[in-house]
Amino acid sequence: MSWLLSLPLFIPFVAGVVSFLLKDGPGGRWASVLGSAAMLVASGALMTTVLREGVVAGQMGGWPAPFGISLVADYLSAVMVVITAITALAVSIYAMADVEARIARLGYHALFQILIAGVAGAFLTGDLFNLYVWFEVMLIASFGLLVMGGSKEQIDGGVKYVALNLVSTILFLTGIGLMYGMTGTLNMADLALIVPTLENQGLVTVVAMMFMVAFGVKAAVFPLFFWLPAAYHTPSFSTSAVFAGLLTKVGVYALIRMFTLVFVGDISFTHEVLLWVACFTMVTGVLGAAAQNDFRKILSFHIVSQIGYMILGLALMTPLAIVGAVFYLVHHIIVKANLFLVAGVASKIAGSTELKRIGGLYATAPLLAVLFLVPAFSLAGFPPLSGFWAKFILVKATLEDGRGFVAFIALAVGALTIFSMTKIWAEAFWSPHPDNQEPKLSTLSKGERRALLMPIAGLAVLTCIIGLFPEPFVQFAEGSAAQLLDSSAYIEAVLGVSE
Amino acid sequence: MKSIILTAGARLLVALLLVFSVFMLLRGHNVPGGGFIGGLIGAVGFVVYAIACGTSEAREALRLAPEKIAMAGLGIALFSGFMAFVMADDPFTGQWLFIGATETDKGLPLSSVLVFDIGVYLVVMGAILTLVFALEEEV
Repeated sequence: MSWLLSLPLFIPFVAGVVSFLLKDGPGGRWASVLGSAAMLVASGALMTTVLREGVVAGQMGGWPAPFGISLVADYLSAVMVVITAITALAVSIYAMADVEARIARLGYHALFQILIAGVAGAFLTGDLFNLYVWFEVMLIASFGLLVMGGSKEQIDGGVKYVALNLVSTILFLTGIGLMYGMTGTLNMADLALIVPTLENQGLVTVVAMMFMVAFGVKAAVFPLFFWLPAAYHTPSFSTSAVFAGLLTKVGVYALIRMFTLVFVGDISFTHEVLLWVACFTMVTGVLGAAAQNDFRKILSFHIVSQIGYMILGLALMTPLAIVGAVFYLVHHIIVKANLFLVAGVASKIAGSTELKRIGGLYATAPLLAVLFLVPAFSLAGFPPLSGFWAKFILVKATLEDGRGFVAFIALAVGALTIFSMTKIWAEAFWSPHPDNQEPKLSTLSKGERRALLMPIAGLAVLTCIIGLFPEPFVQFAEGSAAQLLDSSAYIEAVLGVSE
Repeated sequence: MKSIILTAGARLLVALLLVFSVFMLLRGHNVPGGGFIGGLIGAVGFVVYAIACGTSEAREALRLAPEKIAMAGLGIALFSGFMAFVMADDPFTGQWLFIGATETDKGLPLSSVLVFDIGVYLVVMGAILTLVFALEEEV
């Protein structure tokens, strides 16, 4: 069992090493693609095991929990790992054509795989300090990917990114220290048992808030999101796609994990804070997007706004709301990564990501237009695409909880999202190109077209499948919500004892 | 800047530091030491050489690119974790081989833990040298 759990970590690391040693030739790219494909197979195997047996756990090095490091996969972890592998596969194929040879020779594909290992590790670990280590792995790899082109804006964005993330990491580490001082353990399942028995619950809430801020920076919630729009529009498109898809979601995952498993003692306070954070995040994100005129900057602000929806699901803490949060998480990763990939193709054939300077894509590249419409409408929540169900479940949960005002905000933000998406649509696709160029897909070579469009089409198909056949996905999210709200199965799997 | 004193001293120092780094690495299993500190000391050896004779000389003495050394080290560390698979243990469980063990004597103990430490040694040394060489060449 422990091997099945650690394979999704071993594979990207090995792929990273191989890819780095072969980085001067085409072998580096292929090692990355093969590694992602192998990881998808391994995470699929993990998923089927989790579906069959419930929560599974493994102890690294044979040291029993809570002393050693546990890897745990419940429904949420398993689906996050699968979706990480899907994104990694799509982006690594896309990167074959997107990343210039100069940057590939610096070890782009190897760093990419190490980033994926960090993300998968954060999803699978059952140990708080180990989570911190995975955050560091991610931070180092992502900083490398951000600044790899070496341009001025990239360094600027990269420094902001690293500075704010370091603050978050230090806060996280301080929180871990306090937690260890109070409980004497860092195993999450063990924490879930010990924290409710502590005498000083006030201090627990303080530490909970430290974790909330630390993970909040990672997840880019209001008012800690500044680093995200500053950094995400500068690197190569493959990098921004994988960042947009996965990095902030690790923060959201960590929030969901800690605030359903460990910090559930003072829900009326902590989750009320989360609720308002969620509302402000949704609103500021979408308003920020409305003010932008760059393809990638609009999408970056939308990440912030969409994070709000997921936090909203967590904040309500009802079974239906958690279902919505999980569903939203999965849907959002696919859609957001895809939109950045589309932005990359649009910029390659039309010459810019600045909306004022491109246009005419609908007339000359209708295929790309269709491929943009699917994720864009899904993001805005049009039926029958995946985003509609995600928003529908969340709004329903909000109304059931008797919070009409919050539901109103969520719907209004959805409407403003449509506004931004139509802005991109009108400027980049409908209006004619300002320089009277005719951007065509055929300007790309056949190999480039294949590598760039295949992942986009694949992710778009996935969006449609989730949208048209939501039942199994909702059922899965329900199972996952049940596991999150009743942590006894998780604790039993890790510690081998029941509550 | 070339200083004849430093260059002459470096010859002695570099050899000493490199031997000491391997000593630290091997000693690390039961007493203070290990791959991390060993790698740092080994890196210092090459850093001294780079300061005394220039980075291009140091790169030549190293033979392999430091980034590749670091990555190879990561590969070795992963491999040591994978050894447990063959013995059907959990990942990264230490595997031991006692050569010439008798009832009273453990003989020569060899372990996958040492392989992991060698990996760490190479990662630390490669990473530090990548940084230092890059900074030295910038100036």
